[in-house]
Amino acid sequence: MSLNDLTGLTGEWLRGEGPRNDVVISTRVRLARNVRGYPFVPRLSAAQRAELSDLLRGGIHAISPGQDPFAYVDLSEATDLDRQVLVERHLISRQLAETDGSRGVAFSRSETVSLMINEEDHLRMQSIRSGFRLDEVWDEIDRIDDLLEQRFEYAFHPRFGYLTACPTNVGTGIRVSVMLHLPALKLTSEIERVLRAAKDMRLAVRGLFGEGTEATGDFFQISNQCTLGRSEREILDEFKTEIIPRIVDYESEARCALVRDRGVALDDKIWRSYGALCNARAISSEETLTHLSLLRLGSHLGRFDKLDLRATNEIFLMTQPAHLQKAMNARLSGEQRSVARAEFIRKRLGLN
Amino acid sequence: MLCQRCKKEAATFHLTEIVKQETRERHLCDGCAQTEGLAIKQSPVDLSGMLAQFVLQPGIQELAQLSCPKCKMTFVEFRSSGLLGCAEDYDAFERALLPLIERAHEGNTRHTGKTPQRLGAGRNFQNDLVRLRRDLARALRVEDYETAARLRDQINVLQSR
Repeated sequence: MSLNDLTGLTGEWLRGEGPRNDVVISTRVRLARNVRGYPFVPRLSAAQRAELSDLLRGGIHAISPGQDPFAYVDLSEATDLDRQVLVERHLISRQLAETDGSRGVAFSRSETVSLMINEEDHLRMQSIRSGFRLDEVWDEIDRIDDLLEQRFEYAFHPRFGYLTACPTNVGTGIRVSVMLHLPALKLTSEIERVLRAAKDMRLAVRGLFGEGTEATGDFFQISNQCTLGRSEREILDEFKTEIIPRIVDYESEARCALVRDRGVALDDKIWRSYGALCNARAISSEETLTHLSLLRLGSHLGRFDKLDLRATNEIFLMTQPAHLQKAMNARLSGEQRSVARAEFIRKRLGLN
Repeated sequence: MLCQRCKKEAATFHLTEIVKQETRERHLCDGCAQTEGLAIKQSPVDLSGMLAQFVLQPGIQELAQLSCPKCKMTFVEFRSSGLLGCAEDYDAFERALLPLIERAHEGNTRHTGKTPQRLGAGRNFQNDLVRLRRDLARALRVEDYETAARLRDQINVLQSR
C-alpha cells in the first residue's frame, strides 16, 4: 500500500460512528512497551536502533492479521510530507515524525491499529475508533500485546511493572484518550469549569493532536496520567462509567439549554459558518475547523442538513496542510494553502 | 484576556463575585488565582518541574551521584532529560526514583495490572492480592462494611490457594 492510497479516504476514527458520536469523536488506548536486553530509545546506538527496528518489524509482520494486514512505513526513508500526512491521520505522533534514526510504523488498513517503533519507547501500540468504544479498543490492543509478548521478552519489573523510558508511564504503560467535541460548553462559557474538574481528577486535557498541542477550539482530548498502582481495567472503568459519561451529559445539557434559550442565535452562527465555507476564497485550517465544529453541532441537533457528518469529517481531514498538499501534488506556502483549501471546500460543497 | 492582577499572564480563571448586590467579574491567571487562594494548585504531571523541586531537597546530592552499571547513565543525566537509559536504571536509581514515581502516580509505587504470560499466573495472583487489600482498606475508610466483607472473603480465598 502506498501513502497515496491513504489520502483518498478517512480512517475509521473519523467516520463519526459509534456510541455517543454526537459528543465523542474517538476513543484511543495506547500501550508503551520496551524489549528486554536493549537500552531505552535515547540510549540506543545507531546500529542497535536499526537492529531493533528490524526485529520489531519482523515480529509485527508475523502477527499481522490476514483479514486486515498491517502496512509498514519506514519513517527514516519517508518524506517530510508523508510523515506529516501520518501525523494528521493520528497514525504516528509528532515526536516520531520529527526525530531522526531508524524508526517506523505499522498500521492496519482500517487505521484502527498503529504500532510505532522507536518512538519514546521501543513500541507504542494504539487502537483508535470513532465514538465511545473503550472495550473494543482495549480488547484489540490487549490481544496484539499478548501476541507480541510471545515473540519478544518485554522489560518487566516485579514491583514497577512494564518499564518505560519516562517514569510517568511506568506500570501498565497505558494511556486512555477520548476526543470530545464540546461546542455548547464552549459557547455557554462552562468549559473552564469542566476542564478544571477534569484536572482536579488528575486527567490531562489536550488539543486535537495530543501531546504538546493546546486545547483550543471545541475539541478536547482527555487522558489519564496515572499508570501505576491501578489495573488497566480500573483505569478503563473510570473513563467508562464516570469521567466520560459525566462530561457528555454536561455537553448534552448545554446543547439543550442553547436550543431552548438561544435557538435563533445558534442557528445564525451555524448558518453563517456554512456561508463562510461556501464563499471563502482563502481560509486557514483553524478557521475551517471553527466552522466545521458548528456544522457538526448543527447536524447533531437537527438544525443543519446541507452536509452529512461523513462529509464534514472528510473536509476536516483533507484540508489539513499535508493532506491538502498531497492532494494538490505540490508543496504550497501557507498563503497558497489557504486558497487551495477554500477551493477544495467549495468543490466538496458542490459549488465552484 | 490578560490577568487583572499581574497583567502578564493570560487569564484562565474567571469568577463572578456578588458582594452587597454588586456583581464583580474577576479574571486571573492560574498563578494569581492560587496566590489569592481561589484555586488549588493542580497542574498536570510535570516531570521537569518535579525534578527541579526534587533537587532542592537536602541530602539529594548523594543520590545525584548514582549511576547505572549497565548503561552508565547517571541520575544527573536523567534529571536533565527526564528519560531513563535502560531497564536497569529502575533498580540503580530506585531510592531516588521512588519519590518521583509516587508523586506521578497518585502515591502508588506498585504495579497491579497486566503481567506477561511467561511469568505465569502466580504473578497475577500477587497483584490481585495487592489490589484487594488496597480496596479493603479504602472500603473500611469510608465505612462500607458490605464491600469490605466481600473483599475480605475474596482475600481469604486467594490466600488459602
